[in-house]
Amino acid sequence: MAKLTKEEIKHIAKLANLKVDEEHSVLFAEQLSAVLDYVEHLKKAPTGLTQPLYNVNGKNNVFREDEVTDCLTQEECLGNAPSTFKGYFKVKSIF
Amino acid sequence: MDDKLNQLTLKQALEGLKEKKFSAAELHRSFLNRINLVDRKIFSFTEVVDQQKPKTKERPGILEGIFFAVKEVLSCKNIKTTASSKILKNYIPVYDATVVKKLSDLGAEIIGKTNCDAFAFGASTENSGFGPTKNPWDTSKVPGGSSGGSAAAVAADECIFSLGTDTGGSIRQPASFCGVTGLKPTFGACSRFGLLAMASSFDCPGPLGKTVEDCEIVFEIIKGKDENDATSVVYPKSWKKKQNLKIGLPREFFDDGVDSEVKNLVMQAAGTLEKEGHQLFNVSLPNTPFAVSVYYILVPSEISSNMARYDGIRFGGGRELLEDEVKRRIMLGTYTLSAGYFDQYYLKAASVRSLVKNDYLKTFENVDVILGPVSPTPPFGIGELIGNPLKMYLADVLTVGANLAGIPGLALPCGFTRNGLPVGMQVLGPHFSEDTLFDLGKQYQQITDWHKQKPKL
Repeated sequence: MAKLTKEEIKHIAKLANLKVDEEHSVLFAEQLSAVLDYVEHLKKAPTGLTQPLYNVNGKNNVFREDEVTDCLTQEECLGNAPSTFKGYFKVKSIF
Repeated sequence: MDDKLNQLTLKQALEGLKEKKFSAAELHRSFLNRINLVDRKIFSFTEVVDQQKPKTKERPGILEGIFFAVKEVLSCKNIKTTASSKILKNYIPVYDATVVKKLSDLGAEIIGKTNCDAFAFGASTENSGFGPTKNPWDTSKVPGGSSGGSAAAVAADECIFSLGTDTGGSIRQPASFCGVTGLKPTFGACSRFGLLAMASSFDCPGPLGKTVEDCEIVFEIIKGKDENDATSVVYPKSWKKKQNLKIGLPREFFDDGVDSEVKNLVMQAAGTLEKEGHQLFNVSLPNTPFAVSVYYILVPSEISSNMARYDGIRFGGGRELLEDEVKRRIMLGTYTLSAGYFDQYYLKAASVRSLVKNDYLKTFENVDVILGPVSPTPPFGIGELIGNPLKMYLADVLTVGANLAGIPGLALPCGFTRNGLPVGMQVLGPHFSEDTLFDLGKQYQQITDWHKQKPKL
């Protein structure tokens, strides 16, 4: 019945950069499987050649002039950062 | 002490201030007193602004002396904005959301930030990282969600009006559960700039207030194109007004899944409008049973992409602080967008979204507006649905259609259950038909007094 196993939940969590413990993998597997089971009925929807709808007001490309305008100061941009270094965001080393 | 200034509508407050019956400072004190008195019982506010802003402008704006509350997902410059999630518990925006700025520029002041489901993911406000808001009419019940704090604050007279956001019913459903009025605008009518994104093709900021008239005043101010939101639009000039409307009652909004007390109250309201000269018609929106499924595929998909920004590097804490419902939706969206499943879920749901939108547009060829209940049930109990996400999602069955189609919807009180809980109805119209919804809503509120009832707190 259950569509998603707890192993699959762990894999999806990894893809989404989330940490999910053992207990939650079991719980989420059950809860998300129920949702996926429910949405199965969409297969019956008579879509035929219907085009998918991605945005409701038909705006696909919206252009503006590329002009320099006022923007936030460096201090404001860094104001909420948990860690900074000489006016930069400090991040964990990647390599 | 009990000056009742906190009970005024926006219209009344503006008139009273103009006639100098009371001052902005007296109004402010009245709200703070009220919040001090009742908010510990209902927890509408996550943050209260107890100091008035010093006046800097020489000429007062038209909203000078007006106090409003803002949902936690709308950025307010220099006021903590947490999205009611622990991941942003110390986040202080350096700019205002456009809808907030438009009100502040006219002199209105923020009285506080209102609780919601974390990142607006939910229908009960129970997913807040800081605890649930309670329904002012019965504190064992939820206020609805996700804008539960915004609705409860208006119902409890802790502010004049509030701002919320509606992605799948998050303004209309809490308005209905708390007995207040709320507008979900046409998608694109109000800028999303500064709104902590949930699903970018759905999110709509809008007002919650004590009357339709108040919501109209606020909407007229916050609407309009914004260079900072590419999906916002120039609002077209107003429509030709019609005296007598054709009102469609969709079969699917009154079926067996809808509570009979709710159905009866909405039908009585329809009868009231018929006596005023409007005509009622039975209509059908046949793809309504698919709406929740479409919504809970497309919205988590957009969420999984939007939430990738929460990496804790530029602002906020680490992803381990995200609430369970936030994790669930990110994971659901990650799954439905992943290789091998995209066509089966996302593409299929986007195609059914077309069908749902077409249902509405076709119906509006024959009727001017659609009328139905907001929620299939009266306010449910705190803790009743929280353990079962699917059941909670199904609570959105009557509201998500308007978001899938991008059309406006006005929720307003239309009665009480035998247990004294508020019930609301929604009037839906074609894109940019807010004027029609307001006219019908104002007419209804002139001949009824459901919106004037106050909870005992």
